[in-house]
Amino acid sequence: MSAPQQVTRRVLTGVERTTAEALEPSGAPERRRSTSLGTRLRRSWQLYVLLIPPVVYCVLFLYWPMYGLQLAFKDFNLTKGITGSPWAGFKYVEQFVSSYLFWPVLWNTIVLNLYALVALFPLPIILALLLNQVRSSKFRKTVQMITYAPYFISVVVLVGIVLMLFSPNTGIVNVPIRELTGQPIDFLGPDMFRHTYVWSGAWQTLGYSAIIYLAALAGVDPELHEAARVDGAGVLRRMWHIDLPSILPVTITLLILNMGQILTTGFEKVLLMQTPLNTSVSQVIDTYSFQVAFNSQIPQYSYATAIGLFKSVISLVLILLANWLARRVAKQSLF
Amino acid sequence: MKIRDTAGDRTFHVVNVAILSVFTILVLYPLIFVVSASFSSAEAIANQEVYLWPVGFNAEAYSTVLASPNLITGFVNSVFYTVVGAIIGTVLTVLAGYAISRDDLPFRKSLTFFFLIPTLVSAGIVPTYIVVRQMGLLDTRWAILLPGAMSVFNVIITRTFYKMNVPNEMLEAARVDGASDFNFFFRVALPLSKPIIAVNLLFYGLAQWNGWFSAFLYTNSPDLAPIQLVLRELLAQSQVNPAMIGGGDVSEIIKRRELFDKLKYAMIVIAMIPPLIAYPFVQKHFVKGALIGSLK
Repeated sequence: MSAPQQVTRRVLTGVERTTAEALEPSGAPERRRSTSLGTRLRRSWQLYVLLIPPVVYCVLFLYWPMYGLQLAFKDFNLTKGITGSPWAGFKYVEQFVSSYLFWPVLWNTIVLNLYALVALFPLPIILALLLNQVRSSKFRKTVQMITYAPYFISVVVLVGIVLMLFSPNTGIVNVPIRELTGQPIDFLGPDMFRHTYVWSGAWQTLGYSAIIYLAALAGVDPELHEAARVDGAGVLRRMWHIDLPSILPVTITLLILNMGQILTTGFEKVLLMQTPLNTSVSQVIDTYSFQVAFNSQIPQYSYATAIGLFKSVISLVLILLANWLARRVAKQSLF
Repeated sequence: MKIRDTAGDRTFHVVNVAILSVFTILVLYPLIFVVSASFSSAEAIANQEVYLWPVGFNAEAYSTVLASPNLITGFVNSVFYTVVGAIIGTVLTVLAGYAISRDDLPFRKSLTFFFLIPTLVSAGIVPTYIVVRQMGLLDTRWAILLPGAMSVFNVIITRTFYKMNVPNEMLEAARVDGASDFNFFFRVALPLSKPIIAVNLLFYGLAQWNGWFSAFLYTNSPDLAPIQLVLRELLAQSQVNPAMIGGGDVSEIIKRRELFDKLKYAMIVIAMIPPLIAYPFVQKHFVKGALIGSLK
């Protein structure tokens, strides 16, 4: 039995336990209703003390920057600070939307992330289905062990490996390519950038993403498979009619949640893979905002904030939409 | 009862093992290649003679790395950020996760939502930078440790863990014995939390070891750079920078230029090895974290 299977079993018993608790009539709610809010607050003061450090952290590093989003509507001045800078209205948002870079940057963001989603979403499912059919547990464990490993590598190392191995001049990957076609391929050039980005991501995350599906497959009743075999169903038909339907709920949930995250992933990797030659396809909203703020002659903090805010708003809408869908379709939700 | 495999099933199993083997080799190959190249001679790399195993085995690149103060500083810094970042993150997360797991906490829903809102509305890089700047943290170690210190995702995992593993009955029983919330948290809940503390330490430690962007954005001083940032700067140079690897006379520099690619491979190995060595021992915790997270 592999690690994920054991864990699911443990996790699932935990779930049963909590549901059992929820179903059991407990005396607590009645008692709670009869005590006043003031008493309850006074009784729980120690819990609030425990909450002080994380709440202070959130206020300083998550909520204060959120308050700083108003810079998008202000002419930011370093000496006057966030609150003191004069209002500028929608100037910077309009500047971005009417900029000649607006459509290319938006297009690049959508294409890159959509490509990654479409290409990378089905693969962990296939990997899990195949692994689940392996009979030798030693072989299965070895495959899992090796394919999880790249998940633990940093994005700098990943991009470093890509730069070194795929380099047009010295990269090992280009040796057979040059032999066959006569010229090397520039894997970071405008033609190949998206493929390199997406498939290096596949290399890094496939094994890890398969874990959750393997856990769901571990819950399939073996008797279903036995019965289907007696009826003469081959492996492929059993995978199609038994395994796939059983992981469908988790698949739908993950798909919807991934769609909600579609604009928010991969900034650091894109930044690391960006070269002056491939900006026509690699400039996404985040990198453009970053460039405006930190890589231009005069740092335009307000304009950069407006660009970031544009993305934050679309992301928020997408996440809420995805969550609503998840609730409707899969009866699951994030909150 | 044993059912014999049909011919179709036998074919499937053979093909299946073949596909998985190819995939595994594809995942493994780049890692082996990088390690082999770092141990090969500079000429063998330049002539692209290295395919799988080291050609002209030597550990020159590593002795160069060890002789370079920048790289050593980077490594030591990363160890520091990893340990301290893991502790800060875990403390914040366990406190938050435990408190919002308690059904009897007044305003529990609002507080949970307070932690979740930042995952919905991301402030983005620029406002966070301005805030870090206004706090006077630029170019300090705090700028690397604090801005990403706590992950809301981990708080939710931790909350789920407590809901599952520290049942209400336990709390009721402790209350009957006169235990306060502090007593219960430190004497009962915390000793039961070893698995979730391990998950948190590993998540945060890995994130700090692998992190480079905070250091890149908030600090300038090379004394503060973690190893990933040192590696990133090394990779960004197409020409060898003598200052980076210790200076010397011209012939030395030319010799070192040949060494440059090799040095990059060695640096990649050094930056990726610690998590890969730790990983077989800790992977079950990551699997657990991923699965609890998927529950909710």
